[in-house]
Amino acid sequence: MTATQPAAGRTPVRRLAGLLHRHRRLRLSLLLTAPLLWLAVLYLGSLAVLFVSAFWTTNSFTSEVVRVWSTDNFHALLTTPVFRQVILRSIGVALAVTVLCALIAFPLAFFTARVARPRWRPLLVVAILTPLWASYLVKVYAWRLILSQDGLADWMLKPFGLGGPGFGLPATIMTLTYLWLPYMILPIHTALEQLPANLLDASADLGAKPGRTFRAVVLPMVLPAVAAGSVFTFSLSLGDYITVQIVGGKTQLIGNLVYSNIELNLPMAAALGTVPVVVIVLYLLAMRRTGALSSL
Amino acid sequence: MQLSRSTRIALRIAAGIGFAVIYIPLALVLVNSFNPDRSASWPPPGWTFHWWSAAWENDGARHAVWVSVKAGLGATAIALVLGTLIAFAVARHRFFGRNAVSFVVVLPIALPGIVTGIALNSAFGTVLEPLGVGLGLFTVIVGHATFCIVVVFNNVVARLRRTSGSYEEAAMDLGAHTFRAFVDVTFPLVRSSLLAGGLLAFALSFDEIVVTTFTAGPGVETLPIWIFNNMTRPQQAPVVNVVAAVLVLASVIPIYLAQRLSADTATESRI
Repeated sequence: MTATQPAAGRTPVRRLAGLLHRHRRLRLSLLLTAPLLWLAVLYLGSLAVLFVSAFWTTNSFTSEVVRVWSTDNFHALLTTPVFRQVILRSIGVALAVTVLCALIAFPLAFFTARVARPRWRPLLVVAILTPLWASYLVKVYAWRLILSQDGLADWMLKPFGLGGPGFGLPATIMTLTYLWLPYMILPIHTALEQLPANLLDASADLGAKPGRTFRAVVLPMVLPAVAAGSVFTFSLSLGDYITVQIVGGKTQLIGNLVYSNIELNLPMAAALGTVPVVVIVLYLLAMRRTGALSSL
Repeated sequence: MQLSRSTRIALRIAAGIGFAVIYIPLALVLVNSFNPDRSASWPPPGWTFHWWSAAWENDGARHAVWVSVKAGLGATAIALVLGTLIAFAVARHRFFGRNAVSFVVVLPIALPGIVTGIALNSAFGTVLEPLGVGLGLFTVIVGHATFCIVVVFNNVVARLRRTSGSYEEAAMDLGAHTFRAFVDVTFPLVRSSLLAGGLLAFALSFDEIVVTTFTAGPGVETLPIWIFNNMTRPQQAPVVNVVAAVLVLASVIPIYLAQRLSADTATESRI
């Protein structure tokens, strides 16, 4: 009887479990092998090949990639006026979107975190988050509808003798601001909500008027949250090229340049693609100094 | 801080305007789906349900929804497995390069989609083409899974950090082996974070357009790609309006589910 019924600890499952339990290294390597093959080999590998190919060139007749090492693409990137203009414009758009988001988000978050009745606050947070679940493309499309000829913007401004901005750079900035606004509101809301009330009371007790309290107490404590939100608004705007295609008219941003070079000159597209990556990394490093990244 | 009455009123008004600006575009999409006219001129000249039935009959849109669902489910399944594995490795082990691993997980979503897109595109071209495998739905799933891993990882790792390993140790002291402890103790603890992460991963994949553009084979059209391709065609505009309206309405589903999964795991990790 006992021979047909293996004792506890002898079944293959138990033996494997015991093996894993005794060898932490083995357990760790089993956990990490598949994900690292995926992320490090497939993803980082493709990225590395892409950035190496930025140093290659193409045969101008056949568009075939020629694997000869040269820095021509980066030279072109820095000296061609169009490229320089577009790169500066893209960074400008990303900064403008970030500033606009912060300006709009601050009063909104101040209301939801400190003015609205506590009972309503969770609901207001849901109201801020809801648009994030709506499709990106649908939101851009909504702005296409608003800004199109005789659309809502034109209709609203007509009584004042004005017209909507139409499609172009301002439309792009407006739409991007709309898209990424919740990413700015939410961290500011959280920071304002966590602001200890007794600090504000102390400031008032020491004779500071609300404006002074705001500048000397509230603002410094909320600034890391603004920086955290700006990481999203800045990097998401810098990489975008779909919104520009839909509401930007003839406007070109760095993403469009990458896109238009892919077919004919992949090495140039790769070189152009390094620009947003480098700028975003620099931005992240700058923001890390504010302590924003630890709160992400 | 005692705000003056006028400051409070000003903040209320500002917030009111802010919420109006957030919701008017979404409301406009809904209203516009009943617009009998093909142009987007405001106000619409009347009401019609015609385009809703036309959209229901539209094969292109239906097919695109189906492709998106398949891509989303595939990417979510892969992301759930890989994201959970990394989360356990990072939360329950100390090893060289642990920070680098958490960094690499975030990278696919932190870098612009177009960079990830062309990198994967040229990698697929050089690796898969000699094997006779072209771009298709499979490559879309691979691309989506790459940036979906992070949301599963974030959810599970946050949960694991809040629950100490002593539960598993207690189970093992009581005689459970590694797998039994996982099935009976660890898995029930992380289940809701897996659901939240899976929900986010699916939503992220369903909404993706840039990486899809570069990883989809000919004839593989996800819903965002379909909308993008048909948006500027006046002939298709009314159907696009209806599809957009349906997507706005459908975004209520994940919000409802996320709220039920407890607010702290799902909704805030959307960021």
